[in-house]
Amino acid sequence: MLSDYHKNRTFQLILGLITGIAFGIFLQKGGVTYYDVILGQLLLTDFTVVKLMVTAILVGMPGVYLLIHLKHAKLHINIGSVSTIVIGGLIFGAGFAVLGLCPGTVAGALGQGSLDAFFGIIGIMLGAGLFALIYPKIKENLLIYKKMSYTTVPEMLGIKPAYLIPVILILGAGFIYVLENLGL
Amino acid sequence: MLEILTAEQWSPYIAGAGIGVLSWISFAFADKPLGCSTSYLRAFGMIRGTFKKGKREDNPYYEKFVPGIDWQVMLVLGIIIGAFISAWTSGIFAISMVPDMFAVRFGDNALLRALFAAAGGILLGFGARFAGGCTSGHGISGITQMNITSILTVVFMFAGGIATAFVIYGVT
Repeated sequence: MLSDYHKNRTFQLILGLITGIAFGIFLQKGGVTYYDVILGQLLLTDFTVVKLMVTAILVGMPGVYLLIHLKHAKLHINIGSVSTIVIGGLIFGAGFAVLGLCPGTVAGALGQGSLDAFFGIIGIMLGAGLFALIYPKIKENLLIYKKMSYTTVPEMLGIKPAYLIPVILILGAGFIYVLENLGL
Repeated sequence: MLEILTAEQWSPYIAGAGIGVLSWISFAFADKPLGCSTSYLRAFGMIRGTFKKGKREDNPYYEKFVPGIDWQVMLVLGIIIGAFISAWTSGIFAISMVPDMFAVRFGDNALLRALFAAAGGILLGFGARFAGGCTSGHGISGITQMNITSILTVVFMFAGGIATAFVIYGVT
């Protein structure tokens, strides 16, 4: 069973490293470890980031849901609230534009020799530590303000993921087709 | 085979598809969604721990995310190595400090860029923990699972990012 692998610490650490190396190669070869590409996306002149993310989702979704259906995996749903979505999202977005990288791509930027990423990494650690500092004060009030009542879209709509996924794949393919036809 | 590694860049669709396959592997073999931001908290917790020896953990956030090396910390270390391999094999590995676009807007002062990067990092780290995930945790893994929280969070992440980018670079 796969759960034996989940409990094997050495296996998990090696798997994490190998997955990370592949992730780093994909991010770097995909071009999203560059400040200019990220800012290009946020200024809506370069759609590389969106293209990469949408493809990752369209390829990931059927596989992940098939694994779940076959009981080889389970959902990992993080239920947020209006405050985590709006405040957390907007603060993250501001940092995304000022640093010009995100927590994954900043590691890739460092690997390709962009040394400014090192200062970004120090900043991310400090920001995470700062959040931990205020967490005890906001966990019972602000963080759970208007908690989401649904987990996933299929759950909310009351339909099986197997019926929804083909629709999403078609919409996603259409979205990419439009992006390419607009020359973005 | 070798041309694949030496190619300077791949189509974002190929790279994205590869990341999609990595999420299958992560869900099945690690029982984890692909994500990066908690690693920075764990790393900070480890550094913090060395300065407060002997004291019992007093912050519930570190009980939730125990400082230490786990699958995801190794994943982030792997990203550094993978990006290095990728840049090196294609001959574009280059030590740089100020990105081109930043230099055009603010000049090529390394200290100014370091300050911007650190300030952006603080917002990013704080925001990622506040939002419960980052561009990979919510943006890729969360939407892959059709998680409603993740879909809405990503909308606000990009809204905040686009607004800030236009403030920094001005509307042209």
